Amino acid sequence: MIINLRVWRQPNAQSAGKMVSYRVEDVSEDMSFLEMLDLLNEDLTVKGEEPIAFDHDCREGICGMCGVVINGAAHGRSASPVPTTTCQLHMRSFADGATIDVEPWRAGAFPVIKDLVVDRTAFDRIIQAGGFISVNAGSAPEAHSVPAPKAEADRAFDAATCIGCGACVAACPNGSGMLFTAAKITHLAMLPQGQPERYSRVRTMVAQHDEEGFGGCTNIGECSAVCPKQIPLDTISQLNRDLMKSLFKR
Amino acid sequence: MSTNTDFFEVGADIRDTKAPAGPIERKWSTRKFEAKLVNPANRRKLSVIVVGTGLAGGAAAATLGEAGYNVLNYCYQDSPRRAHSIAAQGGINAAKNYRNDNDSTMRLFYDTVKGGDYRARETNVYRLAEVSANIIDQCVAQGVPFAREYGGLLDNRSFGGVQVQRTFYARGQTGQQLLIGAYQSLERQVAAGTVQMFTRHEMLELIMVDGRARGIVTRNMVTGAIEAVTADAVVLATGGYGNVFFLSTNAMGCNVTAAWRAHRKGAYFGNPCYTQIHPTCIPVHGETQSKLTLMSESLRNDGRIWVPKNAEDCEKDPRLIAEEDRDYYLERIYPAFGNLVPRDIASRQAKNMCDEGRGVGPAVEEVNHRTGETQSRRRGVYLDFASAIERLGRDAVEKKYGNLFDMYAQITGENPYETPMRIYPAVHYTMGGLWVDYDLQSNLTGLYVTGEANFSDHGANRLGASALMQGLADGYFVLPNTINDYLAAAPFEPLGEDHPAVVEAITSVKDRVDRLLSINGTRTVDSFHKELGNIMWEYCGMERTEEGLQFAIGRIRELREEFWSNVKVTGANEDFNQTLERAGRVADFLELGELMCVDALHRRESCGGHFRAESQTEDGEALRHDDEFLYVGAWEFTGAGNRPILHKEPLEYEYIELKQRSYK
Repeated sequence: MIINLRVWRQPNAQSAGKMVSYRVEDVSEDMSFLEMLDLLNEDLTVKGEEPIAFDHDCREGICGMCGVVINGAAHGRSASPVPTTTCQLHMRSFADGATIDVEPWRAGAFPVIKDLVVDRTAFDRIIQAGGFISVNAGSAPEAHSVPAPKAEADRAFDAATCIGCGACVAACPNGSGMLFTAAKITHLAMLPQGQPERYSRVRTMVAQHDEEGFGGCTNIGECSAVCPKQIPLDTISQLNRDLMKSLFKR
Repeated sequence: MSTNTDFFEVGADIRDTKAPAGPIERKWSTRKFEAKLVNPANRRKLSVIVVGTGLAGGAAAATLGEAGYNVLNYCYQDSPRRAHSIAAQGGINAAKNYRNDNDSTMRLFYDTVKGGDYRARETNVYRLAEVSANIIDQCVAQGVPFAREYGGLLDNRSFGGVQVQRTFYARGQTGQQLLIGAYQSLERQVAAGTVQMFTRHEMLELIMVDGRARGIVTRNMVTGAIEAVTADAVVLATGGYGNVFFLSTNAMGCNVTAAWRAHRKGAYFGNPCYTQIHPTCIPVHGETQSKLTLMSESLRNDGRIWVPKNAEDCEKDPRLIAEEDRDYYLERIYPAFGNLVPRDIASRQAKNMCDEGRGVGPAVEEVNHRTGETQSRRRGVYLDFASAIERLGRDAVEKKYGNLFDMYAQITGENPYETPMRIYPAVHYTMGGLWVDYDLQSNLTGLYVTGEANFSDHGANRLGASALMQGLADGYFVLPNTINDYLAAAPFEPLGEDHPAVVEAITSVKDRVDRLLSINGTRTVDSFHKELGNIMWEYCGMERTEEGLQFAIGRIRELREEFWSNVKVTGANEDFNQTLERAGRVADFLELGELMCVDALHRRESCGGHFRAESQTEDGEALRHDDEFLYVGAWEFTGAGNRPILHKEPLEYEYIELKQRSYK
């Protein structure tokens, strides 16, 4: 295949960026999108040009490090109806000779570091604000001393599968990080171990979310539509319910 | 032919002197009692550097933070949550005996030593089995959503050929859930101020002062700033080095650099040639492939593995190949175990079938390094679910394996319900690593090594669901209870930026970076990495020969020389420069690769997944030589290209009787 790319190039956070066109030849349809970028980068390097910077690591769709906007969609649209990560998007999802736009996640809370690489440390600070259960190593009770009903445990698990990639933020017209925050809140709120800190957690995490400059949630639903782990939109309802209840709990 | 002494020399034996005397079930509690304590007020005055944020590093940093030490934690990714532990699928073993099936610490210990082909240290493995139950308690308390039964209690399954159900799991994402648990504990400590987190920082040098590890030099991967950081102790939790093979199931960023810098500063490297090969990966599709993906081994419970009997059939649609023209080779050779033979046997036989020219799938160009010629070879065998679908129905198969079938379809574009899957072995986990004693301290005072980065408790052939167990055991329970003994003598003298050892370490990092940037040759970093990976896979992978390993060592030396004269690294240091990052790592892989081959060369026995062609039984099975090789091989660095020194740590089996393996 031959692929024409238009890629966002930006040397660093301080400089302005622009779209630059490249032509990639000998693309195989079995390649992942990132392998196609590798191929282009090898070519650029041989020519003595600066390769395109992009984040990636496991290339198995689980570490959450990769992620670019492809033709306007976070992680791109694959041939299959299920959304996926950029590393699990394959070139067979594109036509031979296609022109593809590649841009970084665009959100105020995710500043660009270089080219397609953005800074997502705001997510870590949301977790620092309460996205955990306070238990020191060695002080845990016997695991079977606290049974967890299967239905709630399964719902906790569905929320816990969030990989923190940030596609939800990139897809949201408001640049909101609410799906990420709600996934963690739902995960921990569904488990008996999460109850003691349940209401303080939702307050502090939402406050940090807002402080980081993420936008508010207006129930558009783009976040859940692009989520490679299919985090359900109703986690945001859970967040809202818990946030409301937290006003009456100390 | 050259003799082995051309490649290495033998030094004095070494011993682990930290494991206390007494019965094995008392050793860990005795050691904890004997280890010196640090009172809470003094812990505030002490600092520990932890490199890595996976199960071993993240858990250790969080736990040391909870104890009140000042922890400086580093990772190369943008967030500690990305560490490669997150990709582990299967599960984590623990001797909880929740199934009332006679499981016990002793039985987990026994299975692990046997599964490691009697090449792991008894004392460490026993401790691992002993603390395994606490790991489950800890993770459940953190909110890790393990699979549960309707009564609300934890579910278990069996894994990796053991006869009890002791594996705890969270769908196919156990590693992710365990890592997120550790990450959340870590972020809690960051908020509490006990842990300072440095993301997008890479360790490039170890600082040794008066025989003690006192700090590291890092490169800020965003700005290029090269900085020295000092502390009272250094912990490396930097994972494995499977990426020396280029293609592996490891994350792309996994590297050996931190461990290798420590090795160059004197830390012994234990059993470097021990690599776990996993039989059920999606095969290579072409030369531009960057990565291999593992498919859960559970598929072998219902899938039947075969290749065509006749090489002429390899190109055919498999559905058109008649039953009598198929060779279900595992069922044929190992009727007792069939498709469920251990990982190493399943892997090696798949390779044998493809070497015979009966592999399936797209043909891949392979370079014969000796002649320089390329040959085209199919590298895949069928994993067929047709009879399972017939027996159980498509719905039942979908319920059991649906997510794996979807993953396969996504990557290959083929529908595995209709045509058989194709699988091939791939490099998965490295059991070698820096040598450590019972306290997890390397032979360098003050340098501790945990998780996959140490030479590990698994011996030669890790069982399934053991790696997660070791990472968390080291991080939550072992290291935090042994490092006190060392820190009780701290704080050590503060080091200024102008201390000669600090200046030397920074200068060596800067010189190395400058050198990489100034070569400006014609070959890309990846082209060297791929060539090295090919050599390693061909000569130091599943099957090794004396002649092949000697050839590989020579070829790696030539390649390393070419790298340092002809590599092209674009850009500048004072920038976000991914090419420079990779170049530094590949330079280290080029040295490690040679050591792996030297280690494989000296070990003239087949053990674990490592088949030494010269050491086999009459019917072609792996043959260990306990009389000659019952030891850990710990290597001392003597300069790149110089002969390393082998120190042997004899292994003593007091509780477990050595047996030859048999699966026929």
